[in-house]
Amino acid sequence: MRLFAFLYCLVVAVFSTHLKPQKSKAESIAAGEEIYQDFCIQCHLSNGEGVSGVFPPIKASDYLFENINRSIAGIKYGLKGEITVNDEIYDGVMANQGLEEEEIADVMNYILNQWGNQSEEFITPQQVATVPKSILQK
Amino acid sequence: MLVKILQKKQMYLSMKQISLLIAFTLIIQLGCAQENLPMIETPTETNYSYEVVVDGLEIPWGMAFISTEELLVTEKSGTLYRVKEGQKTIINGLPEIYTRGQGGLLDVALHPNFSENKIIYITLGANMEKDNKGGNTALYCATLNGTELSDVKLLYKATPNSKKGQHFGSRIVFDQEGHVYFGVGDRGNRDENPQDLARDGGKVYRLNLDGSIPEDNPFVNEVGAKKAVFSYGHRNPQGMVVHPKTGQVWENEHGPQGGDEINIIKKGVNYGWPKITYGINYSGTPITDKTSAPNMEQPFYYWVPSIAPSGMAFSTSGVYKEWKDNLFVGSLKFEYLERLVIQNNKVVKREKVLDKIGRVRNVVEGPDGYLYLGVEGKGIVKIVPTS
Repeated sequence: MRLFAFLYCLVVAVFSTHLKPQKSKAESIAAGEEIYQDFCIQCHLSNGEGVSGVFPPIKASDYLFENINRSIAGIKYGLKGEITVNDEIYDGVMANQGLEEEEIADVMNYILNQWGNQSEEFITPQQVATVPKSILQK
Repeated sequence: MLVKILQKKQMYLSMKQISLLIAFTLIIQLGCAQENLPMIETPTETNYSYEVVVDGLEIPWGMAFISTEELLVTEKSGTLYRVKEGQKTIINGLPEIYTRGQGGLLDVALHPNFSENKIIYITLGANMEKDNKGGNTALYCATLNGTELSDVKLLYKATPNSKKGQHFGSRIVFDQEGHVYFGVGDRGNRDENPQDLARDGGKVYRLNLDGSIPEDNPFVNEVGAKKAVFSYGHRNPQGMVVHPKTGQVWENEHGPQGGDEINIIKKGVNYGWPKITYGINYSGTPITDKTSAPNMEQPFYYWVPSIAPSGMAFSTSGVYKEWKDNLFVGSLKFEYLERLVIQNNKVVKREKVLDKIGRVRNVVEGPDGYLYLGVEGKGIVKIVPTS
């Protein structure tokens, strides 16, 4: 009986994590917009163009589309040091904003599909969870 | 024929009206985009340079000098350093810090009698309630022994917690009468917080040094009001300094786009946010059409365009001959230190100092009379006269 109870709990636990409703891409993008307005807009601006030489653009950003996991890592752990975006060098600090994995997935989906940006990718909280800090050193 | 003339005349008038309209629209638009005077100047020749006295800092939010050789520095991500001759040592014993968005470890200040009691004050984002609902700004004091904090005591915690990343404030200053002042921003809830005395956020607070509420605080007798509130209608205080001559608390705050302000903090006064402002939303839409209203205080100065001010200091020492009594404010956005010359209670000149140095988070006058800046990604920078 004890074993049964244990197994029952285990099964419920496993299922409940899997059954947690996953947002659709559209829902994720909408939630991401709120995160963007709160945490990102002051530097990267409402048009996603940033400030040349100071805050890199997200709109039509080659860095973003060629380094999706590194972009996730930048948001998750903070980003420091030199990066090249659309042939311009940026050497600033983007502080870790303390966002949860789901919020990072949402804001990634938003910026990948805003201001004319378009991506087939659908970033999930699970993907954000797997991105290690070490990826930023490469 | 007459009809034709009349028609022509009407036509002429309407054309004139249209051109007038266009002219007016242009004037108004130009007026909006125009810099608030005086225009910022960039000097062509300077007689100063700088040296980095503490390096390896990302966001040096707060700074407090213990002596001419030693200072405390906060790193927003959650580290408090004691620095001696450029060497940083981590101070242990900080309370738990809620780091999200603009929140984290913020300002640090020494008790007016620090040399005897070793007490320091710190502001930081906190969630000691463990309610998983975000965080809000807290003021602590603690005793500093070497690099250890003890007797950590919570003096004030703004509520409720919020997951918003915006507007924690916060600076700490002291007056000559045994009070501590600190600011808390509106926490991204401008419609509810700044104008409501029963809610925290968008306020400058005043406490006795032990954290108790002064009996003569302006709202102690107002039912439901937060008794620690000293002034309200603020958006996000990022700089505070006591005027060396008048003893008044000067504050600067981040407005929305085009509405950063300098305010002289007076007891019980409403500074108007968000009912009146010179700024607009980041998206370009208006917040209000009002820049003034009865019973709401005008700023001492406002910046259009916004410079994103942070930190605030007067130069009193005479180390920099032409800068005596000038006000200095860091610009996060344009990455310079701004020098403001004030005459007859008006800003008469604004000048860039150390243009392009980086995001200037903080500026203080050290006990040696030099100006020290906290520059993001660079460290603590000392301005040195060259002639």
